[in-house]
Amino acid sequence: MPVLTYLEAIRQGIWEEMERDPSVFLLGEDIGILGGAFKVTAGMLEKFGAERVIDTPISESAIVGAAIGAALMGMRPVAEMQFMDFIACGFDQIVNMAAKMHYRWGPAVPIVIRGPSGAGVHGGPYHSQSNEMWFVHTPGLKVVMPATAYDAKGLIKSAIRDDNPVIFYEHKFLYRRIKEEVPEGDYVVPLGKAAVRREGNDVAIITYGAMVWTALEAAEQLEKDGISLEVVDLRTLLPYDEEAVLGSVRKCNKVILLHEDTRTGGMAGELAALIGERAFECLDGPIVRITAPDTPVPFSPPLEEYYLPNARKVIEAARKLAKY
Amino acid sequence: MVRPFGADKPSGSESAMAKAKTIRSGTERTGIPPATLERMLYFLKLTREAESRIEQVLYRQGKIVGGVYVGRGQEAIGVGSALQLIEGDVVLPSHRDFSSFLIRGFSLADIIANWMARADTPTRGRDNTLHIGDLKLGVIPIISPLGGTCPVACGVGMVLKWRGQGNVVLVHLGEGTTSVGQVHEAMNMAGVMKLPVIFIVNNNGYAYSTPVEKQFPIKHLSARGPAYGMPGKTIDGNDVMIVYRAVGEAVARARRGEGPSFVECKTFRVTGHSAHDAAEYVPARLLRAWVKKDPIQRLEKHLLSKGIMTRESIGNLDRRIKSEIDAAVADAEARPLPQGESALQGVYCGPECWWKGRIQESGELEVTSNKEEPKPTV
Repeated sequence: MPVLTYLEAIRQGIWEEMERDPSVFLLGEDIGILGGAFKVTAGMLEKFGAERVIDTPISESAIVGAAIGAALMGMRPVAEMQFMDFIACGFDQIVNMAAKMHYRWGPAVPIVIRGPSGAGVHGGPYHSQSNEMWFVHTPGLKVVMPATAYDAKGLIKSAIRDDNPVIFYEHKFLYRRIKEEVPEGDYVVPLGKAAVRREGNDVAIITYGAMVWTALEAAEQLEKDGISLEVVDLRTLLPYDEEAVLGSVRKCNKVILLHEDTRTGGMAGELAALIGERAFECLDGPIVRITAPDTPVPFSPPLEEYYLPNARKVIEAARKLAKY
Repeated sequence: MVRPFGADKPSGSESAMAKAKTIRSGTERTGIPPATLERMLYFLKLTREAESRIEQVLYRQGKIVGGVYVGRGQEAIGVGSALQLIEGDVVLPSHRDFSSFLIRGFSLADIIANWMARADTPTRGRDNTLHIGDLKLGVIPIISPLGGTCPVACGVGMVLKWRGQGNVVLVHLGEGTTSVGQVHEAMNMAGVMKLPVIFIVNNNGYAYSTPVEKQFPIKHLSARGPAYGMPGKTIDGNDVMIVYRAVGEAVARARRGEGPSFVECKTFRVTGHSAHDAAEYVPARLLRAWVKKDPIQRLEKHLLSKGIMTRESIGNLDRRIKSEIDAAVADAEARPLPQGESALQGVYCGPECWWKGRIQESGELEVTSNKEEPKPTV
């Protein structure tokens, strides 16, 4: 089986969907001739033609709005935001037009808005954000963030086939740093389902995106201390897999919530409330959050290093929680 | 052969600037068939009377839920433009284009029931006023953050262009909305991709309390057309025949594959911004001057002078319209309100699509499965 990077897996997923369904097309800045700022769409203009791989002006509102209009006419557009930081420029179209349209008058809006997010590459405040919660807080959208190459291909396919607007976050740190065997040909990974990446008994750690690898790295070290970590990868943030979260909490009785996003209003707060509501009696220790602090993503390496969660912070917290 | 977007020769050049025209009243009203003129009068009057019934009767009786926005005095814009549409065309009307909905085939009872927040409506109680749509009728509604429909119209235009059937898309917006950023993104995109989109601006003098002098620094918005690679025209928006001709010209251009157009219709908002706005900020003499230019009176005068209609036939039309409205109001009033728990349904579209169900007389929803509908040809 071929070994693909996370980026190549996404590219293959999009390519296969373009071949499979003529109503799928791509639009975004520099996706055609350049093949995308990260080369995710490399080769697609030559293969599928300029009508299906459209280089747009710099107009995120128009890109998203046009995707919505085309979707209403029966197409399945995949719009790229060159960096997910720029999704803010198309905010009104996403949260007011796309998200609410089916609820208000019934049509399907099968659009995917995809792009690179996340920090760890010295990108600074506007090339490193994790802004997923803006959209997790918007009913009508689906929000997806794969952590593995296998999932990246399967989830982009599911996202494209879904009849709802899906915001698809690709973690840029993972683009070329992780690779694994990815089956050729068609397979899907369902939206709304988490995956247990590592089984454990002592502490559950619920996370997503690049932090899944941070959790796994910590788990390796903690194993030596006799602490067994169960790592749960959410994969979809909206709608998220409540049963998977609660299942692991009930099993381990202690939980760490880990994300690269900032603290206040982050996914960990949402999960902590769910766990408090539905698994209170199972808890043998307080709910712990490990997140970035409430600041913009800083640029200089020592600042970014201080800002980001890492394996050391997870290990420290897990040891403390295990002793509780 | 299909050419890629952006490969067409740019039209944002001196020749396009020279093409921008300002058309004054009285020059392009001829040659419209009498049957069409009679249809125009019917829709103008139906719109006027239906909106008056909603705003001045039902609203004051407490039968309307929420705010009311009418397009009194501006009816010629919706009527003149929507009558140029054929099957397969799409329109994105503004809240002042009640007539566009009627001309495309929405039932008056459905529209009034939506105002009354009933269950059996195009929005099932989820959204108010004219935020109603129907893809089979080719109508996509606004959202309250105005300007959002312009980029959506570009997406519609892309698909219509691909399908190559000569269909077009009209998007309506007010002069205030032309200040919104995404309107400019849309016009730019329509221009560079040469999309069959016609931008129709209702310049009615006021955006809520903001007069045009505070809205933009230019006199005629048509100047913006050439800036985005399309012809721009400013016309008398209170003359339905001129609107019909000017929009017809833009539509013909788009059908021929020549790209987008911008038509500014000058009119006046003879009401407040909404039913609860007394609009004391509007100078009284300005209001009086525009009431004299009423689009319905002008068309009636024309039809009578040409012998196309008589006072008697107009009287019959008025009576017919009144009874249509009476019937629609009775129909709407008889419909129940939605059940509270139904608020949770229909957030996502899926195999068990809530919207495919049928609202029963009790107000309950009978859900049927989301059968695979034939895909439109790409």
